[in-house]
Amino acid sequence: MQIGRVVGTVVSTQKHRKFEGAKLLLVQPLAMDDTPRGAPLLAVDGVGAGVHEKVLIVLEGRAAGEALGRKAAPVDAAIVGIIDTVTISG
Amino acid sequence: MQLALVIGNVVATRKDENLTGIKLLIVQPLNADRQPAGRPVVAVDAVGAGVGEHVFFVRGKEASFPFYPAEPPVDAGIVGIVDHWDVE
Repeated sequence: MQIGRVVGTVVSTQKHRKFEGAKLLLVQPLAMDDTPRGAPLLAVDGVGAGVHEKVLIVLEGRAAGEALGRKAAPVDAAIVGIIDTVTISG
Repeated sequence: MQLALVIGNVVATRKDENLTGIKLLIVQPLNADRQPAGRPVVAVDAVGAGVGEHVFFVRGKEASFPFYPAEPPVDAGIVGIVDHWDVE
């Protein structure tokens, strides 16, 4: 899993039926020092996250489909948690 | 998934039989500020997208799911056409 920050929202009317009702958020992956890392990606929201929140994302199809609660959904990324704090020791 | 702009299409006559009837498009992944991000890829189309449209596409085996029960050998697929996106 990776840590990211929700930076935007995406609206799509014409989409695969497995996305009906799903919330799509634009997430910027972060390095451990909170700097942006790579291009933002689009994730389905499984936990009610919002813009500006730091979130936990899965980047794997089966896990993302489970977060969405739908089998065989054509998804590869999902938000599975809202992060309160991260502590790195050592 | 990633935001992308459809920039072209691909025609292949001789191909894996599970690709028959599936539209192949070239998509350029985009940053949130609409700038190109990385190399274009060929993606199958599951939503009726066309050149010039902003879309989002999925990477990996999941790209084949819209064509179930067929299992085309693909690793990228367009699964939505984007109306608009907002970055804060």
